[in-house]
Formats: sequence, C-alpha cells, structure tokens
Amino acid sequence: MLRNLFALIAGGLFGAGLLVSGMTNTHKVQGWLDIFGDWDPTLAFVLGGAILPMAVAWNIASRRAKAVLGNPLPAPARGEVDRNLILGSLMFGAGWGLVGLCPGPAIASISWGGIGGAVFLVAMLAGMMIAPAFRERITLIAAAIR
Amino acid sequence: MPMDWIWGLVGGLMIGTAAAFYLLGSGRIMGASGIIGGLVDRTGWSTWAERVAFLAGLALVPALLKPLYTVPVETGVTSNLAAIVAAGLLVGVGTRIANGCTSGHGVCGISRLSLRGMVATVFYLLAGGLAVIVFRHLFGVI
Repeated sequence: MLRNLFALIAGGLFGAGLLVSGMTNTHKVQGWLDIFGDWDPTLAFVLGGAILPMAVAWNIASRRAKAVLGNPLPAPARGEVDRNLILGSLMFGAGWGLVGLCPGPAIASISWGGIGGAVFLVAMLAGMMIAPAFRERITLIAAAIR
Repeated sequence: MPMDWIWGLVGGLMIGTAAAFYLLGSGRIMGASGIIGGLVDRTGWSTWAERVAFLAGLALVPALLKPLYTVPVETGVTSNLAAIVAAGLLVGVGTRIANGCTSGHGVCGISRLSLRGMVATVFYLLAGGLAVIVFRHLFGVI
C-alpha cells in the first residue's frame, strides 16, 4: 500500500513539474529542438534543474544499502552502448521532434491534449506493444547482414 | 516569454525531486517509458499496481493543476494525423528498444553519469533536431 502511495506521489510531482516546466507544451519542445529557427532555450533549464536533485539522490543512494521502503536500490549503471540503444534513441528522437511529446508529457497532458494527444498516446502504446517483436526482427536482420 | 526559463528551472527541480523521492523512497528509477512499457508488454506485470498508481498521479495532478495555472500551457499537437501516428509509433518502439526516454536516460541516467544515458540523450536530441529541421523547414508539415 505504502509502495503505491509513494508511486502516486512521485507520479503526481513529476506531472506537476512537466506542466510547470513547459514540457507538456509541444511548441516549446519543438522550439528547443529547432536550433535553426527561433530557438527556445527553456528545456536546457528543465533538464539542468531535474538533474541537480537527482545527482544528489544518486550520491545518497551510493552510501545506503536499501531504499526507505526496504527494497534494494538500483544496480550500478551498465556501461555498454549497443545497437539498440542508438537505433531506439534515434527513432524516439525523431518521433519526439515530429510532434513534441515524449512518454511522460503524453500521459500528463491527456486531460487537455485533445484528439491529437489521444491518438499520439494510442500510437505510442501500440509501438510499445510491437517493440519486443521489432527488437527480435532487428536482431535477425543484423545477424543476416553479418 | 522572458520568464520562461525560471518556470523551466522550477519545473525541472520538481521533476528531479520526484525522481529523487522515487529512487530513495521506493528504490526505483523514474523512467516514464519503462513504467508504461512494462504494463503494455507485461514484462513489469508483477509491479502493476505501483505502475498504475504512478501513472494515475502523472495524469491526475496536471489535470487538477491546469485550470489554476495562469501561464498559457496549451499542448499544441499538430493536426497532421499521419505525423501524429508516425510519431507515436516511433516514440513507443524507440523508447522500448533503447530502454529509456527523456526521464530515464535524460534525467536519471545523466545524473549518475551513465554512459548509456548520455549517449541516448545525444542521439535522441540529434534525431529530434533533425526531425524539426526536415519536417518544419524543408517540408513544412509541422
């Protein structure tokens, strides 16, 4: 129960932050990505502001054995940069630029995003559903090329 | 607006505080695509209630705050349906293949100096910038 409450609080604060920062405003997101247009630097402040408390949290986590609710803290980050990381990030970035929504803001803005926001969310969920099959396919293709 | 960067910073600090709370409180990495994706492909089914609670907060709190918010925050999703569907599919498949999005790789990854997080962020920013250049300035679709 407490675990779900913590998740609800974290999700709620995350959503409030996305709204306040402008991440749910697709014009702002595309304005930040549009370095050859009327560039909007706001998102640099969002990312910087978000990284600060999280860097402190990782530091505290490195000196603790367990989280407050008793479960283990995440294992150290894996180092390998692989094909899927790069291919997936390129695909994600292209979609992000095209419409200006990433997964968090797509959920956070659902109450006012209109039909466009709803269609985006459904397409994103469909993409997540086919992702495991897509991953298998590119592994096969890569093996065939090699 | 000239004050936008302050709101960006304040909102960013809120996002980072949420991620810090989730890490130290629950031992979880606050990555939106992972939390959603684990429900969609059932790989995270054992923790479904926690995921649903997170997403409920994520959808409900902005819905409640929006009417109180005086700064215009319209979500101006394009009316080009093909672009919306293509973008949604790309974001859905891409974040799952890469195992993270802006929150997981960007916020949680970079803040622990994870190489994967930093590389992912460089590549999705590059692709995002390129998509805006191509589809806004070359084709004028968005």
